[in-house]
Amino acid sequence: MFEFISAILILLGASFALIGSIGLVRFPDIYTRLHGPTKVTTLGLGGLLLGSMIYMFLQGEGVAVRELLIIGFLFLTAPVSAHLVAKAALHRRCRSVCGLPDRDADS
Amino acid sequence: MLNVSINIALTMLALAMGCNLWRLLRGPDVTDRVLALDTLYINAVALLVLLDTADGKPLFYEAAILIALLGFVGTVAFAKFLLRGDIIE
Repeated sequence: MFEFISAILILLGASFALIGSIGLVRFPDIYTRLHGPTKVTTLGLGGLLLGSMIYMFLQGEGVAVRELLIIGFLFLTAPVSAHLVAKAALHRRCRSVCGLPDRDADS
Repeated sequence: MLNVSINIALTMLALAMGCNLWRLLRGPDVTDRVLALDTLYINAVALLVLLDTADGKPLFYEAAILIALLGFVGTVAFAKFLLRGDIIE
């Protein structure tokens, strides 16, 4: 039963990572491309780590705190890095499909 | 059952890293390359954790934590450099 849940979580996480990376390839400009990796891939990694944690618990390795550490750290830092990359793209005036804001708005 | 799902997941992660590598090589601007590198870090963490799960022994967790930490620091440093032209002001 728990092995089944773990397998489902691992498959879900890996497919989310794949979908996020396909989004990185397929979206038209940098501002839309930020959505795929920073949201979907991070969520997929969370599911994968949860599945791995359940499986390690079944193997008798005890409750792994390290997986929870990785999940917490990635969920905290992914929005920060996305914000900084978006700010750098605005600063460099990268091409956007729906026009850029005024020069004054960027600072 | 878990072996089959782990093999499928490894294939999916390899495809995802291939997509990231394509964007890293192609990306029209340098910010695209930074974003692709950040995604590559996250997928590398996922790959290491999955390899650990396949073995059933926790061997690579320290490496995964290190990649997660240093990937974030690297992305912040790249973005800071693109914003200011300098990392430590």
